[in-house]
Amino acid sequence: MIRTPLRPLARILEARRRGENPDSIERENLRLRHEAMRDKSRARAETRLLCLGLAFFTAFTVIGARMGTLASGQPMEPRSALAGTEISANRADIVDRNGRILATNLRTYALYAHPKDMIDPARVAVELEKLFPELDAETLERRFTDGRSFMWIRRKLSPEQMQAVHDIGDPGLLFGPREMRLYPNGHLAAHILGGSTFGAEGVHSAEVIGMAGIEKAQDDRLRDPGHPEPLALSIDMTLQSTVTEVLATGMQMMNAKGAAAVLMDVKTGEVLSMASLPDFDPNDRPQPLLTGDPGDSPLFNRAVQGVYELGSTFKIFTVAAAMDLGLVTPDTIIDGKTPLVWGRFRIKEFQNKNYGMQTVAEVIEHSSNVGTARIALQIGALRQQAFLRSLGLFDPTPVELVEAPGARPLVPTKWPEIVTITTSYGHGMSASPMHLAAAYATIANGGVKVEPTLLRRDVPVNGPRVMSEETARNSVDMLRSVVTKGTASLAEVPGYEVAGKTGTADKPNPQGGYYPDKVVNTFASVFPASDPQYVLIVTLDEPVETTLPTPRRTAGWTAVPVSAEIIRRTAPLLGLRPIAPEPEPDHLLAVRN
Amino acid sequence: MRPVLYVASFLAVMALAFWAYRENYATQQLLKDVSALNRQIGGLRESLAIQRAEWAYLNRPDRLRELVNVNFDRLGLLAMTPEQFGTPEQVTYPPDPLFGMMIDPNAAQDELIP
Repeated sequence: MIRTPLRPLARILEARRRGENPDSIERENLRLRHEAMRDKSRARAETRLLCLGLAFFTAFTVIGARMGTLASGQPMEPRSALAGTEISANRADIVDRNGRILATNLRTYALYAHPKDMIDPARVAVELEKLFPELDAETLERRFTDGRSFMWIRRKLSPEQMQAVHDIGDPGLLFGPREMRLYPNGHLAAHILGGSTFGAEGVHSAEVIGMAGIEKAQDDRLRDPGHPEPLALSIDMTLQSTVTEVLATGMQMMNAKGAAAVLMDVKTGEVLSMASLPDFDPNDRPQPLLTGDPGDSPLFNRAVQGVYELGSTFKIFTVAAAMDLGLVTPDTIIDGKTPLVWGRFRIKEFQNKNYGMQTVAEVIEHSSNVGTARIALQIGALRQQAFLRSLGLFDPTPVELVEAPGARPLVPTKWPEIVTITTSYGHGMSASPMHLAAAYATIANGGVKVEPTLLRRDVPVNGPRVMSEETARNSVDMLRSVVTKGTASLAEVPGYEVAGKTGTADKPNPQGGYYPDKVVNTFASVFPASDPQYVLIVTLDEPVETTLPTPRRTAGWTAVPVSAEIIRRTAPLLGLRPIAPEPEPDHLLAVRN
Repeated sequence: MRPVLYVASFLAVMALAFWAYRENYATQQLLKDVSALNRQIGGLRESLAIQRAEWAYLNRPDRLRELVNVNFDRLGLLAMTPEQFGTPEQVTYPPDPLFGMMIDPNAAQDELIP
């Protein structure tokens, strides 16, 4: 580059000669040089801007075009995704506490038709009727030929049926994949599982939605694609099967029309087994009854929905409340002379017995109505209500079944003293066996409230304290003496120290009053009494024991032997060792010592 | 010098183009393999689910109970009851093999000397 000097000597000399200022030449040249520099840098900046603009334009065009193709194209699964992060489209399985399957999915196919593609609708209709007797050939043919272009034929096909439909060989018959919910154990735990049905249906898939029980209550969890791992219940399948078997036998022997049992872990509140008979097959859920009492339907879950007057099983709550308030001790003498007259009511004992003066422990042993009523009158209505409420007997149980929130206990709206008296021995107020199980579990758990659950929990609950540990201990001891000395002697299972309370309640007649010969028998038991771990509630609906000429309807003869057999069979399965009886004292040694 | 550079860069571009072409097809092949494997995994998962369902169905308590009843003559299986729990006293104490040899040296020698 040739650089123009700022003070060219020729021009300077020329200017000096003419007497001009040579500095103006320098300034002029400096100006020219600056202008040239400015022009050059402007041109360079313009080029840069253009390049940058082009780059941005290209980048945005490419991104825009890609977005356009993504938006307008067919969606495609990413083919190079890493394994292990997949989202499951299936409904999660339901397993028992040991991981054994209670509900799972099976791939099956639905059958649908494109009648316009059909070659010989008449033959297809006849062939289909041969395969599926419930279809009618004439109706099918009419529907195939009335101009529609799509119709469903069957929701589920077995592989053999699918092959047979394939063999018809008509291009108008098509199959859509389906996930079918399968309950491999049939009737077992039917009321807990509930059942499922198809929700929105398309050709390529259909959603499976819960219909009842835990399938409906936990529907969101089971359908959540982020939780493909199975849902573990607190139920133990072996126990459930044993309890159901023994209960069914007992129900048959006692001529009952229904039965329910709840077996609960008192530390965690986990329901290990919950049976209600009669039951049903969740794979083929029956239709609900349209007429008559819905309580007679096999769909009715007696353990949770069956809100019954539970009778004398409530007496222990009255006594526990009184002991916790410091009003009585197990040795306090209570006046039990009959009848107790209260206004126009006369409170009497079963079979018109008269126990006279008795201790509080004997009130429970004898199941004395009058004694309990006297204790309840000491407690008073408000404190009695507060205690029952703290045991959860006024609210629906929190178990994870869709039926549970609807099973609200029937509590009298007004609470005059006569209600205090009747509620003290379990009449006038109704609750479900599950409520009773939770309340007994609270006593057995040393007075710390237990909330029942159907989901596996493993850790002990840390609920609020409802009664003192001493009260709970004394209550369990009283329940134990009911079995050793009182009304539930048939519940003695050697080695398991069963403690419990019987309850016989007359069934209310919908027309008013009570049926003379219909009862609900309940046995609420806790075992082993020295370190309570499990609570078992057995309820029989309208049982009658007929081995003697006079029929017997008290719980001591019906629900108690059934409970004893259930404990005898389930306790070994629960891993409970029978407690060895105290060794006979050696007389020789005793004398020598 | 300059023509050599031109030729070299042209050859480099051709080589890179060839490499990219091959990589492209190799990638497509791998993607195809992956999706085939995924399909296979899906199929196996499905059959696993069917096997598990079948296993659960065959092991349902009702069926097992029936089998126990049918095969009672051969197996003699009974329900678990509390009586089946034993006490430690009912178990005979196993003889200590070492100690047994020491207190009965004749028997041990009999075995050693044929």
